Amino acid sequence: MHRFANPARFLKIARPATVWLFAIGLILAAGGVIGGLTLSSPDYLQGETVRIMYVHVPAAWLGMAGWAGIAAASLAQLVWRHPLATVAGRALAPAGATFAAICLLTGSIWGRPTWGTWWEWDGRLTSMLILFFLYLAYIALAGAEKERGGEGRIAALFGLVGAINLPIIHYSVLWWRTLHQAQSFGVEGSSIDPSILWPLPLSALGFTCLFGAAVLMRMRAELAEAKVEARMRRAAAE
Amino acid sequence: MSHWSFVTAAYAIALLATAGLLAWAFVSMRKAEAAAEELKRQR
Repeated sequence: MHRFANPARFLKIARPATVWLFAIGLILAAGGVIGGLTLSSPDYLQGETVRIMYVHVPAAWLGMAGWAGIAAASLAQLVWRHPLATVAGRALAPAGATFAAICLLTGSIWGRPTWGTWWEWDGRLTSMLILFFLYLAYIALAGAEKERGGEGRIAALFGLVGAINLPIIHYSVLWWRTLHQAQSFGVEGSSIDPSILWPLPLSALGFTCLFGAAVLMRMRAELAEAKVEARMRRAAAE
Repeated sequence: MSHWSFVTAAYAIALLATAGLLAWAFVSMRKAEAAAEELKRQR
């Protein structure tokens, strides 16, 4: 991990990786979305609305994965003082918040024809909404620390503590059996029929690559901004 | 409302938000890297 502690070495890999992730992500996500909208079968109960799954599930996964990434970056920052960890945490937050918001909005739209309501204070929905608010708080905290010239330790602590919400989201459908359906995917397979399921891995992988491309672009922006700031500070001191 | 209205709305939100995130990340990266390059050239 410390091999990439040097920003120059990181950028050498990040530049081509951004292009590849974007291109592969675009192709896979387009395949998943087009397949999900036109080629997969409607559900015998939910009808056409089941197609919302191909954007809702990847968004839910990325909303949670984004915070898992923030927690890992926070740990790397606090324990190993990895120089890229702060940058990674700050880059992950807006992407994670965007996908958490997509998950909440598409879930609400899916809920109206399926459950008859846009919103319910169900365990899964509420814990996901809390995750979205945690993202907003992390963005504000990390931004304030950056402006103050801090190392981002408070934001890193917040990133670690906020990870408590991830198992709560995951197990919420088992702990509080209210409205949201139980898990349809697991290590032993899926309860969804293959004629409906097949576009999902495509769109999930595609959106994951696009998420990766957005994070790398934000990391490159953060590193370039830090370089400009350091040069300006040096010039002012001379 | 038909089921397709809900499907269309969900896809519109998901695709526009993803495109918006990527566009913002790209523009901010280009702007920051151009500023860093410019400063390097001035030295």
